[in-house]
Amino acid sequence: MRLKTFKQGIHPKYFKELSSKEPIKKCPFPKRVVIPLSQHTGAPCKPLVEKKDKVERGQKIGKADGFISAPVHSPVTGTVKSIDKQPFPRFKSLDAIVIERDEKSEGKEWKKGILDLEKISPDEIRKKVREAGIVGLGGAAFPASVKISPPKEKPIDTIILNGCECEPYLTADHRIMLEYPDDCILGLKIIMKTVGAKKGIVGIEVNKMDAYNLFCGKTKDEENIDVELVQVKYPEGAEKMLIKAILSREVPAGGLPMDVGVVVHNVGTAVSITEAIRDDKPLIERVVTVTGKGINNPGNFLVLIGTPFSDVIEAAGGMKDNAAKIIMGGPLMGITQSTLDVPVVKGTSGILVLTEDETDIEEEVNCIRCARCVDHCPMYLIPTEFVKLVKGEAWERLNSYHLMDCIECGCCAFVCPSKIPIVQYVNVGKLALVNIKSKKG
Amino acid sequence: MKDNLIISISPHRKEKADTPRVMRGVVYALMPAVIASIYYFKLRAFLLIIVCIAGTVLTEAVFQKLRRRPITIKDGSALLTGLLLALVLPPSLPLWAGFLGAVMAIVIGKQIFGGLGQNIFNPALIGRAFLMATFPVMLTTWIKPGIFDAVTTATPLSLFKFDHNVVSTLYLLLGNTGGSLGETCAIVLIIGGIFLLIKKYMDWRIPLSYIGTVLILTTVLYLIKPAQYASPLFHLFAGGLMLGALFMATDPVTSPITKKGRYIFGVGCGFLVVIIRTWGGLPEGVMYSILLMNAFTPLINRYTVPVQFGGRKK
Repeated sequence: MRLKTFKQGIHPKYFKELSSKEPIKKCPFPKRVVIPLSQHTGAPCKPLVEKKDKVERGQKIGKADGFISAPVHSPVTGTVKSIDKQPFPRFKSLDAIVIERDEKSEGKEWKKGILDLEKISPDEIRKKVREAGIVGLGGAAFPASVKISPPKEKPIDTIILNGCECEPYLTADHRIMLEYPDDCILGLKIIMKTVGAKKGIVGIEVNKMDAYNLFCGKTKDEENIDVELVQVKYPEGAEKMLIKAILSREVPAGGLPMDVGVVVHNVGTAVSITEAIRDDKPLIERVVTVTGKGINNPGNFLVLIGTPFSDVIEAAGGMKDNAAKIIMGGPLMGITQSTLDVPVVKGTSGILVLTEDETDIEEEVNCIRCARCVDHCPMYLIPTEFVKLVKGEAWERLNSYHLMDCIECGCCAFVCPSKIPIVQYVNVGKLALVNIKSKKG
Repeated sequence: MKDNLIISISPHRKEKADTPRVMRGVVYALMPAVIASIYYFKLRAFLLIIVCIAGTVLTEAVFQKLRRRPITIKDGSALLTGLLLALVLPPSLPLWAGFLGAVMAIVIGKQIFGGLGQNIFNPALIGRAFLMATFPVMLTTWIKPGIFDAVTTATPLSLFKFDHNVVSTLYLLLGNTGGSLGETCAIVLIIGGIFLLIKKYMDWRIPLSYIGTVLILTTVLYLIKPAQYASPLFHLFAGGLMLGALFMATDPVTSPITKKGRYIFGVGCGFLVVIIRTWGGLPEGVMYSILLMNAFTPLINRYTVPVQFGGRKK
């Protein structure tokens, strides 16, 4: 049987074996945590504490400001040292609450509760998910409560749980599926109940057969939950690609999955939702894959949000001498870091360290119009034209080539023989288009 | 950890293929044809290939030096142009003419447009078209393959067109006929084409639609009047069709970037070849078919932009 997938895309080398067999270990608590006030897509939080305040583990310290927003909580018991600009993995710096941990106190632990799905209402679930500060843990960090609150005119029939993990190197979702399968499935049921979806589908790439078999066994008595194998291809785990692969539905350009009756959540997010609803535990920790040739002992770690990268890398045996590039996320969409002082945030799925010999600095040469970028673009766009039009500052025509539909997956730059940093041109173009639009008002 | 961490935009891992590698791949794919041409046309073929390559590489270097641009002869594109040009020239061509063609291929075929990736027409074919216009007799004088003396003969296509003689398909496949250096032996060209396909250095859409169109049109003509029109197999393997469809029409720079556009391009080339060969004044039309379709490439690109994901109106 031909496995389900989307059209085009790429087949990179995966390197998952570096860490896929490593069980999730607890990363030691750091001395100090840095909690940025905007770890999610949407409005930043308002701090609820002041300098020198004592805070408890699990206490809400930043409140959501707006519908698309998420609160933040303290992962440790300790004292607020400062509220100021701190290094942040996505931009240079961002307002953050710095908390020094009280080393005498381990702080609260959450016991596994019992959940009766019949007794809890969708609105209660939404409220709890929002209060727990849960955002999409796949990387985009979109507030989960918003995703499970679709407007009435957009009925949802299917929830897809995303267990593809199509980025090379990363194995956090894989380990979560192997070690918390029941919490994943319960999370899926909670989401299905909240939005009234009849069907739940777990999508898993065929390179994770152990997780697939485990889930098939766990859901064999569940009539409305399917487990679906999909091809190993990048970016299979991108929402739109996964919906196309599994349901053959195409999310309209500029639209959201709910426009085709679907909500997609990452498996890690589902576990956090379960913990929030069943155990009243806020999102204060997440699983992070620490990997790459530059890491001594690659593995998967349960890390407190706000732990500096340096502590997490230390837990993985430290870095090799020839480590040259530190990336938050995977190699295809990840963001390079200039300092190890940046904290792990809600959207940190991995810390990837590449060595000197893996990081050629390439020179961009002339495009030979080979159209490999066109042939591999999963959004059916023409990346080579973007480069030409951005260079020529032809903003109007960029719009007519649908630049804004680009998902920045990087397939084009991956296959480009002329080594043109196409994603960079796309970013420049998008920024220009947004600026023009806001000027027009 | 190194003192200076590298900061760069994603993606951080890329495919190994770069431009020189692609160019080298095409050169390797042409090697069987090069060997066949030397086998059939001996020293003349060898010297013409060397002179043409020297001509293109040297011209590129001099031109870039004069324009104070970085010299990019190492990327292999000029070398490939020289090789392709040699393969479409008659073996009896004087070496100086080959050199002149090479100079023109680079100057008017490529560099005046701004160099690699900017040209509209296939540079090697521009070189040949220049020679064709300047020295028509030299470009239509052919010699018998396999012997050291220059005994003139005609190409299978002109034998058919002017004398109505049909050369056997086996001869066409093996290359034991008159013709340009690299076009006579169809088998070695097909082997090279398969190598390009396997290595993914070539998209199958253009060769398929090009050769397919020729096959269909000539079959129809042959069925209508077998006495007047040549058989489809003859059309496929005689003349420059294989060399053109596999190595010239597929030049990425001068062919469409959209998938749909590549079909249109191939079908257009196919139509033009059959029209020129059947009703035109020349016995062969591969070169002009490709050059003409090259001119249409920007237009084809413009009208075949694919509908983006989710862009189809319900």
